[in-house]
Amino acid sequence: MVTRDDYNIDVKPTWCSGCGDYGILNALTRALVAHNIAPHEVMIVTGIGCGSKLPQYMRVNGMHTLHGRPWPVAQGAKLANHAMRVVIVHGDGDGYGEGLGHFVHAVRRNPGVTELVQNNLIYGLTKGQFSPTSEKGWKTSTSPDGSIETPAQPLALALTHGATFVGRGYPGQLKHLIWLIGEAMEHPGYALVDILQPCVTFNKPRAYDYYNERVYKLDDEPDYDPGNRTAAWERAQEWGDRIPIGIFYRATPGPTFEALDPVLQAGPPLVQRPLEKLAPAQVEGLLAGLR
Amino acid sequence: MIEHDITLRIGGEAGMGLESSGAGFAQALVRGGLHIFGVPDFYSRIRGGHNFFTLRAAREPLYSIADPVHLLLALDMETIRRHIADVVPDGAVVYDSKDALPDALKRDDVHFIPAPLTEMARDIGGMELMRNTLTLGIAAGLLEFDLSYVESIIRDNFTRKGEEVVTSNLNVIRAGADLATEYKADYPFRLHAIPDAPQRIMLNGTQAFAMGALAGGCRFVSGYPMTPGSAVLVWFAQHGAHYGVVAKHVEDEISAINMAIGAAVMGARALVPTSGGGYALMVEATGFAGLSETPVVIYNAQRPGPATGLPTRTAQADLLFMLHAAQDEFPRMILAPGTLEEAFHLGWHAFNVAERYQTPVMVLSDQFLADAFRSLGVGALNFNAVTLDRGALLTDADLDALTERYQRYQITESGISPRALPGHPNAIWVTESNEHDEYPRIVEDAQNRIDQQSKRMRKAIPMAEDVPAPTWYGPEDAPLTLVCWGSTYGPAREAVDRLNAQAAGAANLLHFSCLEPFPPTAEAELRKAHKTIVVEGNYTGQLEFLIRARTGIAVDGHIHRFDGRPFRPEFILAGLQEV
Repeated sequence: MVTRDDYNIDVKPTWCSGCGDYGILNALTRALVAHNIAPHEVMIVTGIGCGSKLPQYMRVNGMHTLHGRPWPVAQGAKLANHAMRVVIVHGDGDGYGEGLGHFVHAVRRNPGVTELVQNNLIYGLTKGQFSPTSEKGWKTSTSPDGSIETPAQPLALALTHGATFVGRGYPGQLKHLIWLIGEAMEHPGYALVDILQPCVTFNKPRAYDYYNERVYKLDDEPDYDPGNRTAAWERAQEWGDRIPIGIFYRATPGPTFEALDPVLQAGPPLVQRPLEKLAPAQVEGLLAGLR
Repeated sequence: MIEHDITLRIGGEAGMGLESSGAGFAQALVRGGLHIFGVPDFYSRIRGGHNFFTLRAAREPLYSIADPVHLLLALDMETIRRHIADVVPDGAVVYDSKDALPDALKRDDVHFIPAPLTEMARDIGGMELMRNTLTLGIAAGLLEFDLSYVESIIRDNFTRKGEEVVTSNLNVIRAGADLATEYKADYPFRLHAIPDAPQRIMLNGTQAFAMGALAGGCRFVSGYPMTPGSAVLVWFAQHGAHYGVVAKHVEDEISAINMAIGAAVMGARALVPTSGGGYALMVEATGFAGLSETPVVIYNAQRPGPATGLPTRTAQADLLFMLHAAQDEFPRMILAPGTLEEAFHLGWHAFNVAERYQTPVMVLSDQFLADAFRSLGVGALNFNAVTLDRGALLTDADLDALTERYQRYQITESGISPRALPGHPNAIWVTESNEHDEYPRIVEDAQNRIDQQSKRMRKAIPMAEDVPAPTWYGPEDAPLTLVCWGSTYGPAREAVDRLNAQAAGAANLLHFSCLEPFPPTAEAELRKAHKTIVVEGNYTGQLEFLIRARTGIAVDGHIHRFDGRPFRPEFILAGLQEV
């Protein structure tokens, strides 16, 4: 049995007291334990930002990559070793700003990767600039008169590009977040969990008080059908007085990116295959085409 | 009759099938026992423009094309306009008799052969597009090259398209050869097949490198199409799966290299093929590979830039860019094959050194090397010599025995930290792009930075002892030494041969196939030379700069070419007159 101790490490997070990232770290660890996934069986791929330091604060395989680039790194890792669970954890600047292009293309491919986005609607590590998900009119150091841009709609974007698991969580609802991350990790294809992450230092108006008053669970809505993609697309863009969390959309995915690869369809993961010299018959096959 | 060193050139518009028919004819010459060197010259467009394929054939091995053309096959008047000056006296020009030949293009010392190309291709082959095949039939006839070799290529290339296609191609090629009979007597050049010659292969630099990489255990390729580098991606997309290689065409070059890094950390030998502009997008991740000590092989088939530049042409102008790419400093290796044999050898060697030193390894090719075809002996690609060395890689048994916490970035004397692959319960760590300590934890202490940066940079010391040394060609102690790197080797080698044919012992060649770490033997070798002329494909003299920077030696002169065209021996010899 995997326990929380397995994930314990003697490194203190550099996050501010009260940061939503603590709840996300806690929820992810508990979800991994609840699903009996050991630290060496999972690879956590992150970008750059406060939240992307997360694998440093667990005892777990990780790749702390470049800003906006965890998606390609994660896909390469998954293709090379599809037996490894791969989880991306990164912020809104990383995932929906610098990495938005990679995000859309990755969703199209349906890799067997779970993506958790610490979405705090702000750039925290660089001390408070507006982010792709900041609301219009939001005043920050780089938008002194208020942002004039329409916020990105990542959940709707994922749905449009064929995602079959789209959810949103909130560390203020910890049990719900643990459950949601677990469901996402067990989804047999790409799964997105956008997480409302309070940044208590650089985005005080969008901290716990704000969300506690507005967040509601889709699973509590008797008429909400998470199998209805159109309804999911509408709810995905609901923001303001009421902010939905839970599973917006869930459907049976098609084969994953790695399962469709001709080399990976059968046999062990790529890295578990012996690295050997070409056999004489293989060499002959190569040369035959050149004669 | 002249039987040695014949060049034919077929020219027309893009879309006329010049490259495939030219390569097919080249392959027929190789089957007929001749050595060839073939270079396609094409514009960055799908239709129109002026494309041509130059094919040189001889009884001896060839390393370059040359300027004189003995037979010009002109599918349009533009071909004659552009190339008539290259045709040797008594050479021939075959053109479509439906086109009027302007007086201005005529030359008294050249045989003009008007042939009803369009009409015959349509009537005999069923489609005008077969004009190229027809002209090659005429070429075979004029040169008295045994048609059976051409026929065997047609059968091999077209059988899958059906017997009807084979028959119409055979009919067209034979009609061409028949047509040539009435002109043959006046035409003095011949390419007789050598039936008892050993069997040979024909390939280009793309194929040589790709096969070397495959033989070297490359198991993951990710790229984004960019001429001329994407030919390697295409090769792996078409052949890789058969050999267990995962090949992905992804959304951009940034993704390509980051995917390769992800795969490499997991343990797959990973390659990213690109060209200079694509590599520009990979710069950031090159630094990530450097800092995270991830082995990844970057293949850049150079073309003239900057920006979009000349997409389908050749250059050697990315050397200093690759050398300095990414912020701050980390060890890297830059290999630059000069021949097909070297492209194959460095193709597999690159993966060994990448894993041995856990750092990015760059292979600098260019459009000329990538696209030019050459004939080789069957054993020239030395698959037997391939070794697979994964360096300091911990096995499962090593990790089972581990009692302390694994230190991915352990400080060692060599700078090389024993590498584990993720998945073992005793080796759990985070591949880091932040500066880090040995475990690694993100640490900003000054002393830790000194320790880790020094550890990484120390790897350059054993690396420098593990690079291909510069090689000599030609007589020792010659008064003139040409110095080159990469694909300039072939034309420079022939220039040296010609100088020595004029005056024995006149010149030799010093060739660099590794530029970083700069080979430690370079200075001693350069000091053996009496007069050094660097020949390279860029404006400022990048190898010359490196020689000065690394050895303090000022060379005696240089010949630069930066017009996008490959060096030819004549260009170098003319350049020597000016130096």
